[in-house]
Parts: sequence; structure tokens; C-alpha cells
Amino acid sequence: MQFASIGEFFAMGGYGFYVWMAFGISFFLLIVMWFAGHWQSKLLFSKAQQELARAQRIKTARAAKKSSQPDNS
Amino acid sequence: MWKWLHPYAKTEATYKLAGQLAPWFLLVGAFALLIGTLWGLLFAPADYQQGDAFRIIYLHVPSAILSMGFYSGMAVCAFIGLVWQVRTCYMAIVSIAPIGACLTFIALWTGATWGKPMWGTWWVWDARLTSELILLFLYFGVMALYASFQDKLQGGKAAAVMALVGVINLPIIHFSVEWWNTLHQGATITKFAKPSMAPEMLWPLLLNIVALAILCAGLVCRRLQNEIFLREIRRPWVIKMVKKAGVK
Repeated sequence: MQFASIGEFFAMGGYGFYVWMAFGISFFLLIVMWFAGHWQSKLLFSKAQQELARAQRIKTARAAKKSSQPDNS
Repeated sequence: MWKWLHPYAKTEATYKLAGQLAPWFLLVGAFALLIGTLWGLLFAPADYQQGDAFRIIYLHVPSAILSMGFYSGMAVCAFIGLVWQVRTCYMAIVSIAPIGACLTFIALWTGATWGKPMWGTWWVWDARLTSELILLFLYFGVMALYASFQDKLQGGKAAAVMALVGVINLPIIHFSVEWWNTLHQGATITKFAKPSMAPEMLWPLLLNIVALAILCAGLVCRRLQNEIFLREIRRPWVIKMVKKAGVK
């Protein structure tokens, strides 16, 4: 351990502002990319599910219409 | 090797492979990055000249190396995609580009925050810094070109050509500190010479390079999965997969 106390660690020998700004923004960006990937995959999945549900609703509605109409032929 | 590689031209196989790799890459990468960063921040000795400000190196060098490494990976995908007409490769290009842009931005950002206390300036129009900035714009260009086409096959081809042309920038970045007089220091670690760094400082740096590479590979896998899913959303295998997960 190079630092005697937590305060010294955060001070980084007087360069704390620059060091923590570098690490903070970089890790923030990586975390954003991490969650963006998960969030996007969830969004895509629910979109696909909605589309499938819609297709099924249309199919059942058509079938119901067909059976309720009198046969003209 | 060709026999092994060939099935991955099919999007379904690539989707499954990426899905298997992504969680491991993400977990192992994140854990190793955490260890390496803590090691570098807490236990590595301070530099005799730069004091504790040198600790920025533990993000700066890995992200800078990998920004170029991921670009070469993207260019290899572009080449394969263009020569053998593999659509999956175009999807790989657009999944790598945002992560590469992220790495390039991190390299530039950590460089700026390191430059301010050491050189007295956030930014100079110096050969190394400028060529790295051009790399960022190349990544943006690849993303923008792909996004601007309605036909994603055409967009993929255009992005692949752009990625290949941009490869010329990689040797320029690498040799910029030797070809021109620059404010940026020379390479700290090279393949051929003994590293100009004490081993206690070097080990966490090497760990962070590997860790960031694995983490970003995991991020790329996730993005690749999403891209494939989006492009193949009407294919039977995707519909089957969605049905299996349950229809709302």
C-alpha cells in the first residue's frame, strides 16, 4: 500500500483532481456501454414479442370473421 | 480452420457463440480490470518525476493500444466481408465501431487529464494526439456511413471500405512519436525492447491491458448479438427463439 490514509489516497499527491477525472469519466463510459448493450437486447426482445403477439391477434381476428360470415359460395 | 470458421458465416451460429462468450468475457474482464486498477492505484509505487499523476497510465495505455487493436480487428472483418461477401462480418464491423470509439475517447480523455498537470495543456496539435483524434473520427465515420444507408448490405459494404481505407492511420499513430518531434513520449512497452518501466509498475499495466481487451470483447459480443437480432428479426430461428421466451 502506497498511501497512509484514505485522504492521502484521494489526494493522489496533489494530482487527485486529474487522476479521478480520468478514471471517473472512463469507467462511467464503460458502465454506460455495459448497460446500453443489456438494455438494447431487452428492448429488441420485447419488440419482437409485441410483433409476434400482434400477428397472432390478426390471425385469430381473421379466423373469427371468416366463421361469423355466411358462406356465399 | 476454415472448416471450423465456416459455420459462423451463418448469423444463427454467430449469435449463439456470442451469447455463450459474452457473459464470461464481461465478468472476467470487469473483475480483472477492477483488480488491475486497484493494484495500479493503491500498490504500484509513485513515479519519481510525475508522482501519483502517472497512475493515469493504467487506463491511458490500455485504451490507446486497444483502440488501435480493435480497429485492426474491425479492418480484418471488413476485408473478410468484402472478399468473401459475408454479411455477418458487416454486422461485426458496426458492433466493434462504437466500442472502439469509446476506447479512443478514453485514450484521448485520459491523455488530456494527464497532459494538463504534466505538460501544462489539455491538448496540443501534436502528431500523436492528432492522429488518434483522426482514429476517433474514422470510427464515427464507419458508424455514420452504416447508419445512413437504408439497405444495410450496401451500408455494410460502404462502412467496410471506409474501415479498410482507415487502416493507413494505424502505422501513422504508432510511428508518430518517432517520425515527428512531438510532446508525447515514446513507447513505454514494446515487443522488442526491454520495457522502460519497473516491474512493480508494469504488472498491473499488463493486467489492465488484457482485462480491458476481454471486457471490450464482451461488450462487442453483446452488441453483435443485438445487431444480428435486429437484422434477422423476421427469420424463423429468431421467431422460434422469441416464442420460446414467451409471447406477451
